[in-house]
Amino acid sequence: MEGLAKDGELPVSQNPEVDFVRVRIAGDSGDGVQMTGTQLAESAARFGNDIATFPDFPSDIRAPSGTVYGVSAYSLNIGHTEVATFGDESDALVALNPAALKKYLSGLKQGGTLVIDGGSFTDRAITKAGFDSDPRENGMLEGMRLIDVDITDLTEKAVKEAGLSAKDAKRCKNMWTLGLILWLFERDIEDISRWIERKFSKKPEIMQANLLALKAGHLYGENAELAPDVTRFHIPPAPVAAGDYRSINGNEAMAYGLYTGATLAGVDAFYGSYPITPASPLLHTFVKLKELGALSFQAEDEIAAVCAALGASYAGHLGITGSSGPGVALKTEALGLAIMTELPLVVVNVQRGGPSTGLPTKTEQSDLYQAVLGRNGDAPMPVIAPAHPGECFDIGVEACRLAVTHMTPVMVLSDGYIANSSQPWKLPDFNDPKYAPFPVTHPTDPVGFLPYGHDPETMARPWAIPGTPELMHRIGGLEREVGTGNISYEGENHHKMTEIRAGKLEAIRRAIPLQHVESGSETGRVAIVGWGSSWGPIRVATRRAIAQGKSVSHIHLRHISPMPSNLKELLSGFDKIIVPEMNYGQLAMLLRAQTGLEIDGRSCVKGRPFYVREISAMIDEALED
Amino acid sequence: MNQLTAKDFASPLDVRWCPGCGDYALLKTLQKTLADEGAKLEDTLCISGIGCSSRLPYYMATYGFHTIHGRAPAIATGVKLSNPELDVWLFTGDGDGLSIGGNHLLHLLRRNIDMQVILMNNQIYGLTKGQFSPTTQKGCRTPSSPAGVVDNPMNPAAFALGAGGRFVARCFDTQAKVLAPILSAAKAFDGTALVEVLQNCIIFNDGVFDGLKDKKQGPEVTIVVEHGKPMVFGANCDKGIRLAPHGFGLEVVELTEGGITVDDLLVHDETNPFLAMALAHLGEKEGEPTVLGILYRQPAEEYSKAARKGLPEAELSMADKLSGLSKTLRKAEVWSVE
Repeated sequence: MEGLAKDGELPVSQNPEVDFVRVRIAGDSGDGVQMTGTQLAESAARFGNDIATFPDFPSDIRAPSGTVYGVSAYSLNIGHTEVATFGDESDALVALNPAALKKYLSGLKQGGTLVIDGGSFTDRAITKAGFDSDPRENGMLEGMRLIDVDITDLTEKAVKEAGLSAKDAKRCKNMWTLGLILWLFERDIEDISRWIERKFSKKPEIMQANLLALKAGHLYGENAELAPDVTRFHIPPAPVAAGDYRSINGNEAMAYGLYTGATLAGVDAFYGSYPITPASPLLHTFVKLKELGALSFQAEDEIAAVCAALGASYAGHLGITGSSGPGVALKTEALGLAIMTELPLVVVNVQRGGPSTGLPTKTEQSDLYQAVLGRNGDAPMPVIAPAHPGECFDIGVEACRLAVTHMTPVMVLSDGYIANSSQPWKLPDFNDPKYAPFPVTHPTDPVGFLPYGHDPETMARPWAIPGTPELMHRIGGLEREVGTGNISYEGENHHKMTEIRAGKLEAIRRAIPLQHVESGSETGRVAIVGWGSSWGPIRVATRRAIAQGKSVSHIHLRHISPMPSNLKELLSGFDKIIVPEMNYGQLAMLLRAQTGLEIDGRSCVKGRPFYVREISAMIDEALED
Repeated sequence: MNQLTAKDFASPLDVRWCPGCGDYALLKTLQKTLADEGAKLEDTLCISGIGCSSRLPYYMATYGFHTIHGRAPAIATGVKLSNPELDVWLFTGDGDGLSIGGNHLLHLLRRNIDMQVILMNNQIYGLTKGQFSPTTQKGCRTPSSPAGVVDNPMNPAAFALGAGGRFVARCFDTQAKVLAPILSAAKAFDGTALVEVLQNCIIFNDGVFDGLKDKKQGPEVTIVVEHGKPMVFGANCDKGIRLAPHGFGLEVVELTEGGITVDDLLVHDETNPFLAMALAHLGEKEGEPTVLGILYRQPAEEYSKAARKGLPEAELSMADKLSGLSKTLRKAEVWSVE
């Protein structure tokens, strides 16, 4: 049975085993697991499936091999319905060593398909992974559909004719594995073969070896006499909307969206950054846009990164900086300066587990207070958040629009899950009205020029840039006099300026769309209110519940500060309001403060997104009373 | 267009430094230098951090940005990357530039971005009422060091040279004859030019440089070096600096008839980084003169121009950029759904 779908939406599945398959590939952090997963995901997307991915890697670059903490994994959900999230338990697990099995066996559903590299199950490796005895022999794997195959040995044999060193030959193990996985999904190897040919076009031996390994893995599935309970997965293409697609992750989409936003504002983008997990790929993407006019700067620290971006904004670029929680903490003082000087600036926080250094490679949504409240003085700043990787593009555009239209810094809250996971993404059509240009004007006329004169509608002050004759003026972090922008320590003036800064958020509140209901009715018994990357699991769980006739709606906030003006009215139409979030109740608290309504906050701070079943349980429990 | 005068560079605001502060003298020399050099108000940006020195942009009729404590070099870096045509003057102090902002100043110097850094060194925190700074002399009693400062003082010129600065100069606030040509040379230099200005704080550290500035005694304990000229000093030109004959270093010598003569002295070579470092440290020991003038000037690739290489040569239109991005987006594997 399929869920009720709005126009242009994919149906939601009620039949997880039939409509989509959740597969997890796990191995040592040097095993090429991320590449294998990415290729499988992109290939599935090209085939026409909807996909959601979740790379899960350790923070060590190369942890000691064979250890559980050194395991790197890539989870992938492939469906012909909307998948929206990477899934709860997996239907299939590929474990390339005993440690990978140890870490992820409990996440494999009963009766799931389990592929293990038997060649890696030496006594030493089994002990190192923390097993008391060989899990293949002690009954632990009972009930699983097991494919126990010596991948290492078969790979070495398959690539022999390419004449590689033993080490290089071993590195083809991931392609052999991918060949077998493609067979499991009833896919041929053509698509991946073409990718291998492109990737290794300058290294013919490596190319040949990888092709041989891929083919051998696929043929193994075809020819080996596998246990009768091993069945293949049949996932036809999803009925997605017509158009040109590519796969994209959140960091890429964000960088491209920000570039587009600056372009639509008629200015050049300046990206100032300091390396930090998981935000660094924003910088890696921006540097490649130099030939299109984007200027990037790797600063000496987080403070310099935001300061340089602000300096660039002052001089006429649109300054952008990106980081994660600890880095944003360092940028805080400069954000106050951006608020005081009313210069446009975009700050992207790709959140990770906190506080302090926290869990650098794990996802969390716990920098919401920091974004909304974390500055000295009354220092309001708009905060917006994308719900999924593809949406990062439009959120990037919107961040730029808000920044230049209202002359304010803007905080964008992405997170590690959104940043690293990918999905099929329809390429943007720049003729679409949502990408209508919003070109800025830098004033040039000295008549009536007031550096701190404000547009009553947008509350923007004029963006006069140095180099403009006759508009010389001085700005800074000291309080300014309304209009002239001269220093002022007067109490009445400070009160007025505080109102002006608060007024920017009110102006934005008037400009943003009203809050809509994502799925379900406008009123009802239960509202599940989310923000950011909890979108996927909330969406799947609520759509399933709605299809079963339950009175539940999904409301998802993109605009967190200011919140849409109708939010209180909308939420008042529900008996219960549940807010699941990957923090200890931050949006719930802000919603209570904003609406005065009773809010039931639910936390998950386990370094992973919610499971669908966790949200489903919240819905059922709420409906029970 | 009429040539601007020093007065044209003054903003209408009342200058609010303490009467007698050395900042007044610097401000005046700066305004005159800019007028003499034919600078334009709109193309000149004065940028600063926090502290007494950092109030200077308010008193200039140019563009001005009074930023946050220690961060002016980072903000100025963004400004110059965005618009390399602007003539940027950065005003900082011994606390702003060397304490809270030391890291940014270091990286500005090593990158060699075209701007003038005027580091006003009064060896004290003025705006916060007299605490010791990174350049305060050891043993100095201040509200935060009642028993005397324990920290070793740092030497701003040596720091700048160590950071890879390509233009390092030192002078007094009130010595316009030395200061003005240094400011002109700093402006002309295509890279980061650091000028340490020894500044008197009349309230919290009054007279700290009196010994060096004294009409009578000053010439005996300071030397103004000039490129290509022998290092002679003293009111009667009877002292000089030569290479220490034994060991590695400089030596102060007396010139006497029949003894050591001018020909035995070092000739200043402003392109020699080792000499510059030795000169920066001279004056730290009793009997050595403090060195003023341009200690080091050796051009190298300017950062903002180098960093902008690879940008489109002509400004791209919005349509060009969007179609360029569309092409970039299609560099990944693209598939069509009918």
